[in-house]
Amino acid sequence: MTADRRTQEGGSLPPAIELRKISKRFGNVQANQDIDLRVESGTIHGIVGENGAGKSTLMSILYGFYQADSGNILINGHTRKIKSSREAIEAGIGMVHQHFMLVDTFTVLENVMLGAEQSHLLKTSGAHARDALRHLADEYELKVPLDTLIGDLPVGQQQRTEILKALYRNADILILDEPTGVLTPQEADQLFRVLQVLKERGVTIILITHKLREIMDITDNVSVLRLGKIVSTQRTADTDMATLAELMVGRKLVTQSFDKVSNADADTGISVRNVTVTDERGLNRLNNISFDVRRGEIVGIAGVAGNGQSTLLELLSGIKSPSTGEFTINNHVVSTDAALDPARMRDIGVQHVPEDRLRLGLVKAFSAAESSLLGYHTKPAFNWRMFLKASTIREACKRLMVAFDVRPPDPKLKSASFSGGNQQKLILARELDKAPSVLLVGQPTRGVDIGAIELIHRKIVEMRDNGCAVLLVSVELDEIMALSDRILVMYEGQVVGSMHGSEADKTTLGLMMANALDQVA
Amino acid sequence: MNTSNVELPTWIEVVLIPLLNIFLALVFSGLIILAIGEDPIKAVGIMINGAFGYDEAIGYTLYYTTNFIFTGLAVAVAFHARLFNIGGEGQAYIGGLGVGLAFLLLDKHLPALLLIPIGILMAAVFGALWAFIPAWLQAYRGSHIVITTIMFNFIAASLMVYLLVNVLIMPGSMSPETREFDTAGWLPFMHELFAWFGVNITRTPLNMSFLLALVCCVLVWLYIWKTQWGYALRTAGHSEAAAVYAGINPKRIVIIAMCISGGLAGLVAVNEIMGVHHRLLLNFPAGYGFTGIAVALMGRNHPLGILVASLLFGVLYQGGTELAFEVPKITREMVVAIQGLIILFSGALALMLRPWTVRVWLGLTRQSAT
Amino acid sequence: MDAITLTTLLATLDATLRVSTPLILCAMAGLFSERSGIVDISLEGKMLSAAFAAGTLAAITGSPWVALLGAIIVSIGLALVHGFACITHRGDQVVSGLAINVLASGLTIVLGIAWFSQGGQTPALASEARFMPLELPLSSSIANVPVIGQFFDTVINGHNLLVYIALLAVPATWWVVYRTRFGLRLRAVGENPLAVDTTGISVSRLRYFSVMICGALCGVAGAYLAIAQNAAFSREMTAGQGYIALAAMIFGKWRPMPALLACLMFGFLDAVSIRLQGIVLPVIGEVPVQLIQALPYILTVVLLAGFIGRAIAPKAVGIPFTKER
Repeated sequence: MTADRRTQEGGSLPPAIELRKISKRFGNVQANQDIDLRVESGTIHGIVGENGAGKSTLMSILYGFYQADSGNILINGHTRKIKSSREAIEAGIGMVHQHFMLVDTFTVLENVMLGAEQSHLLKTSGAHARDALRHLADEYELKVPLDTLIGDLPVGQQQRTEILKALYRNADILILDEPTGVLTPQEADQLFRVLQVLKERGVTIILITHKLREIMDITDNVSVLRLGKIVSTQRTADTDMATLAELMVGRKLVTQSFDKVSNADADTGISVRNVTVTDERGLNRLNNISFDVRRGEIVGIAGVAGNGQSTLLELLSGIKSPSTGEFTINNHVVSTDAALDPARMRDIGVQHVPEDRLRLGLVKAFSAAESSLLGYHTKPAFNWRMFLKASTIREACKRLMVAFDVRPPDPKLKSASFSGGNQQKLILARELDKAPSVLLVGQPTRGVDIGAIELIHRKIVEMRDNGCAVLLVSVELDEIMALSDRILVMYEGQVVGSMHGSEADKTTLGLMMANALDQVA
Repeated sequence: MNTSNVELPTWIEVVLIPLLNIFLALVFSGLIILAIGEDPIKAVGIMINGAFGYDEAIGYTLYYTTNFIFTGLAVAVAFHARLFNIGGEGQAYIGGLGVGLAFLLLDKHLPALLLIPIGILMAAVFGALWAFIPAWLQAYRGSHIVITTIMFNFIAASLMVYLLVNVLIMPGSMSPETREFDTAGWLPFMHELFAWFGVNITRTPLNMSFLLALVCCVLVWLYIWKTQWGYALRTAGHSEAAAVYAGINPKRIVIIAMCISGGLAGLVAVNEIMGVHHRLLLNFPAGYGFTGIAVALMGRNHPLGILVASLLFGVLYQGGTELAFEVPKITREMVVAIQGLIILFSGALALMLRPWTVRVWLGLTRQSAT
Repeated sequence: MDAITLTTLLATLDATLRVSTPLILCAMAGLFSERSGIVDISLEGKMLSAAFAAGTLAAITGSPWVALLGAIIVSIGLALVHGFACITHRGDQVVSGLAINVLASGLTIVLGIAWFSQGGQTPALASEARFMPLELPLSSSIANVPVIGQFFDTVINGHNLLVYIALLAVPATWWVVYRTRFGLRLRAVGENPLAVDTTGISVSRLRYFSVMICGALCGVAGAYLAIAQNAAFSREMTAGQGYIALAAMIFGKWRPMPALLACLMFGFLDAVSIRLQGIVLPVIGEVPVQLIQALPYILTVVLLAGFIGRAIAPKAVGIPFTKER
């Protein structure tokens, strides 16, 4: 089978996938519009785009999760209707989802054969799968312990299981959705080696990512998605990262870099000393971490998602308490024995714009006015001891909406019906309005439309200029570099590097984020 | 087409679809009556007449309504904190124990003015206590509240049988009941109340607890929507993560919501024990706790809706009794079957008609737009 | 051990098996449903309806087999209602289960009185219309072997067919859940339905199939009550046994063998409580019957609170499956 593929390579094979005028709409959102895409057989084809550009929707259509509202899909030159995952699998498409589709309580073997069992009896199916997997392991250099529970395996191995699942089903087209988001750099390297081997054996690979480095490293061709449309498809060798980045955002992502300040002599707003946070599974989310944030400075936390940044925000905002060590925040000392809950944190002037606005920052079913009260319902300004001051709350919300250009400025509207950017502005307004002494900001512009980004950035810098100590967490390096006076890099729960905002360059930061600076130097 | 994201006008969402669901439940109830060879239209006539046709009927209807308001509010308050309290039955039962213990001890020594508030308080406190344990187990030990409250209904039933048979029974009596309480602890009947003002109405079990139920409606409404505590409760109900972020302790909310819920369920004892039976007896909650679930679902967890739904169930109970009397083939349990259908259509199948309604609505609006 | 206590013990064990039978069937039923991710508190209602159907059909046709089949069909019908609400319309599974219980409780009495006018009972059945005790081969010949022979003769022998079916249902359930393709998918869909969906298998179909198996087993349990253990349906004859079975299934941590043991334990408590009435035990004194009756519920609460081990439910149980955003 694989031999066939190789001999035909270079011949005039039809494209592995051809999409013609695919469109998909969710309510008011046009997720995909008139998508035309050709993926040549036996190539690695990258698809890049910002969050919310429509990448995942497009792949979900290809994998039968959603049906396109209009358009055609051709697989190996034949028109296919893909109405379910089953039909996608039958067409030879395999998918490695961003969040793995694995059963934690099953072994690798059970996960691989689930849904593709060869017999009604598990014994026979298991033997068949074990045999096939041994061959696959040899052929593609994909080794995973077959009888270990998925829940006990590291993420990289789980991902391999996903790839094996697809190969076991004879997939010759493999889609990977943001495969490196959860991987360590070493695991990512291993993954890319595996992808190269797969390609050599004739498998067509679609790599969806927003990391341009990966596109440049591994893909043959690249398509750029912007606002639901394909804006460019070209050979990777013919382009460069700057061009792709520009295509992705339609303009430079961050137009403005703000003045950097150096407040080495100012008081500290946050001072963390040897703090470790251990989760319920016994893993150290933060590992003996120490750093300071001074008043009147923005400290940016850079790092690959999942390296402890979220825990750091939870720690400093009072959601989690330190397992060992202590920190001082706005002159209050916090330790395991003297923890402050989020309500107390607000009381002492620590305001927090959370990373996950839909889960934490607001309540979707609440009106905008009610969401603008989140965290402040006990404040005397908003209640007469027990009863809420409904009209005061509404007026305050209206004021915030005007000040931060939240559209439409209607406090009675349901929180869920605002766009992401407007929700974010409302949350930002709520927190900044309390004149914080310490401001914690997580992913301030994630999923936010471009117009709102500038306003959000300006407001954060304004806080700094007012003497507020700002801690900014973002996975967007551009954002970190544009705003931060000092940059700290986190890796596996530790601060592995720091540099001044004015001296920061992407290469060094990137190496620090991969914890690979030593190896180079 | 995915219709769950389409927004409908409030009146369709809050009034039309719920009414259609109830209508469906009643249609199926009619089919059952047809199946046993009776005329459903005639049955409805007898029921309505039996519920409203004469003074006594109205009194009985409102007496039943009182219980349903208490248990319906109980379910609703828990629901706003996203807790499903199936334990209203047991909480009402234990609420009765609270009244019983207080009155057996105090009724000969205290005046009505003290005894009645104490009785009401004891009913609420004991009901709340019986809800507190499952709440605590859910908040701090991770037990699922649905299963625990189901188990607590059975445990309450066993406990009450034991106490009434072995401990609280009137010495020398054959039936497992306490002695009759002193009249000081009796909640005045409505006909007595009216008589004080010189108005004569028919004697019925309807008593002052009906007014207490109405007050509870208002209090629950104020609590849920107008106070900072209600705000905290709703926040925790919608999103635990958001509550934690906002400095609200979700565990505390679980406990508070369940205690209020249990307290409201316990108030059934005020109507039944202090208002009507004047003694503690077996099985007095008689399924009112479960009916509360149907009432809350039908009333969409809003006190006004619950008031209306309680009245409807009052009509069903009282009218159903009359119906069973007039038409021997139809029994009182018909009401239980209707209740099951209402829980099914207004609760489990609440969204069944929505996609269809969305399509009709979109069709209509598109037409009027062109 | 002297002869009298041995006889008493064996008689109690015999009774245990009889009262455990509906619990075992319903616990296996609940296991199929909950392992697939559908909470089922309506074991009680399905069993009650099945019992009514069995009592009615046995009275009309005189055939226990027709009655059994009818009971199974009625129970599967209710299971499909549950499925329709929970799987197709993503309704709340607890609410749906409750609706079925309340509906069954009312409807069985309404129909019973309308059809038979015996206060909710179905007519008493002749023995031909029932499942009667079976005499197992060898039983009488080894009855005189001390202990083992007696045990076989008194406890194992002399039950009706449905008791043996219940006992067979346990290894059968175990085999299906842990040794077959369907079982693998069943367990997967209760843990991570999205993972199952992405392999191209219909989550809905799997779940519908599971709730139907659940319905069939509840049907057998109901038939057992009305036409095997008793000679007629009587109102509310399930008397909370569906809930005890649910408790036993949880107590058995959603696994067949431990669930069987829990059923037998709860059945034993029930059998003992009848014998203990009014008896004063040494040290403890008189044990209130009500305490023993409440013990299954109390133990389940204690277990769920994590005081004796941890009962971990299937991860996706109770959560409606939604594919689209």
